Amino acid sequence: MPPVAESSLAVKADFPIFARRFGGRELIYLDSGATSQKPQAVIEAQAEHLRRHNANVHRGVYALAQEADAAYDDARRRVAAFVGGDPRTTIFTKNVTEAINLVAYSWGRANVGPGDAVLITQMEHHANLVPWQVLCRERSAELRYLELDERGELSLAQLDAELARGDVKLVAFAHVSNVLGTINPVAEMTARIRAAGALSLVDGAQAVPQMPVDVRSLGADFYGWTGHKALGPTGVGVLHGGEPLLERMEPFLTGGDMIASVDFQSVSWNELPYKFEAGTPPIAEAVGLGAAVDYLGALGMERVRAHERSLTAYMLERLAEVPGLRVVGPPEAERRGALASFTIEGIHPHDVAELADRGGVCIRAGHHCAQPLMRCLGVGATARASVGVYNDASDIDALVDALLAGREVFGL
Amino acid sequence: MDDLYRDYILDHYKRPRNFGELEPHDLAGLEHNPLCGDELGVHIRVKDGRIEDLRFHGHGCAISQASASIASEELKGMQLDEVGKLDADWMIELLGIPVSATRRKCALLNLKVVRGAVTGDAAWPA
Repeated sequence: MPPVAESSLAVKADFPIFARRFGGRELIYLDSGATSQKPQAVIEAQAEHLRRHNANVHRGVYALAQEADAAYDDARRRVAAFVGGDPRTTIFTKNVTEAINLVAYSWGRANVGPGDAVLITQMEHHANLVPWQVLCRERSAELRYLELDERGELSLAQLDAELARGDVKLVAFAHVSNVLGTINPVAEMTARIRAAGALSLVDGAQAVPQMPVDVRSLGADFYGWTGHKALGPTGVGVLHGGEPLLERMEPFLTGGDMIASVDFQSVSWNELPYKFEAGTPPIAEAVGLGAAVDYLGALGMERVRAHERSLTAYMLERLAEVPGLRVVGPPEAERRGALASFTIEGIHPHDVAELADRGGVCIRAGHHCAQPLMRCLGVGATARASVGVYNDASDIDALVDALLAGREVFGL
Repeated sequence: MDDLYRDYILDHYKRPRNFGELEPHDLAGLEHNPLCGDELGVHIRVKDGRIEDLRFHGHGCAISQASASIASEELKGMQLDEVGKLDADWMIELLGIPVSATRRKCALLNLKVVRGAVTGDAAWPA
């Protein structure tokens, strides 16, 4: 009997883009790991803000400016509450890359020096790798890596051994790998890191859109994520940090909005979170993200996770029907996020994605901004299918049909 | 019949001509396609100002491998100053398939490598 997916959400109709046709065919979107599609509620919230409430924030005394202030602050409150954060320590950035760079510059330049080490993992996205590589090079510190086992998972024993060396100042790692799908045991890791006197930074870009996240119980010193993967607009990301830490840190970018007062030769910083939000922030985008977390919250993140886990299990089963196909990362859907990266023997991943597109299926191919990880896996690239709240089993079926047809094109 | 993956393209992909190493060689180049992380290198042996022999090596998609394979047959015997003048149109025409904007770099990677090895200018062919 063929596998059957249990699917609990049916929300495709909330997303206007699925009304589009490509050469008469429906859009089958399996690239939510790159960016999510947007529900009407987000598109409308952002448009409505621009239509009726647009003014710059934090400066105007007129009624319209106060509306803009209220909308921006309210968005921050909702975004913070969505992941159990405090608005005072919830900083809007451009994306998660900027959130991580903020920490690497503001905290890293002041706290990492010769003889120190920064520990990251082999599964990191370039966004959580390059800033640390540059920091360590600049500060003559050592950058070390936690290795992956054959399942694509980290070892807590290796983490303990690294921490026991006594030189680790910060450990940075993904909550969910964007290539392997691996869900890392964040709370266990941050407890060990804290006990060793080091700080932790978690890249939650893939996690926040697909599972319940509570930044307090996860216990990371810094937790970053991005709006556009969580049904929100591009151009807005989020950094949560511990209050005493953020208070001690110098600003990352400087300029307007982030100051308390400026003299010709001196300056004092604004209070949190504004100290870290130099210049006009992404106001309409934050409002859109506020609507996105409202939408996700109404669905319920437990339900979102259950839906995507069941679809991922279905995807893993169906992909196994394609001859020569190999999935990387943990084999069980319970231990991975809602994606599958794979190779097909005899067809380069780039061609796999092109052939999937022949069947109207959008998947990604390449190194997924994780070139060191590709080297660990012994591949140049993979194809990746990732699911979102709007996907259903028929999307997975279309992918598998397209891959089987693609093999025939290649005479396999 | 598939527009892009025509029989001769797949034939060059599966059985690429002039692939491997060439020792000794006079010129060498190695380039990456930032889009997909693919890499392609070339070894060139020169005699009397012409490409006497060449070999490509590396990994890539059907379009990049077939392009290199097809180009290799044209490049053999070509004068070095002619190689410097080869442009993107030459390669796309030689390939003989419709190449979309996103696959353009796949098709042009081999020419970038060869021109880089011969002229020292490894810019993307225009």
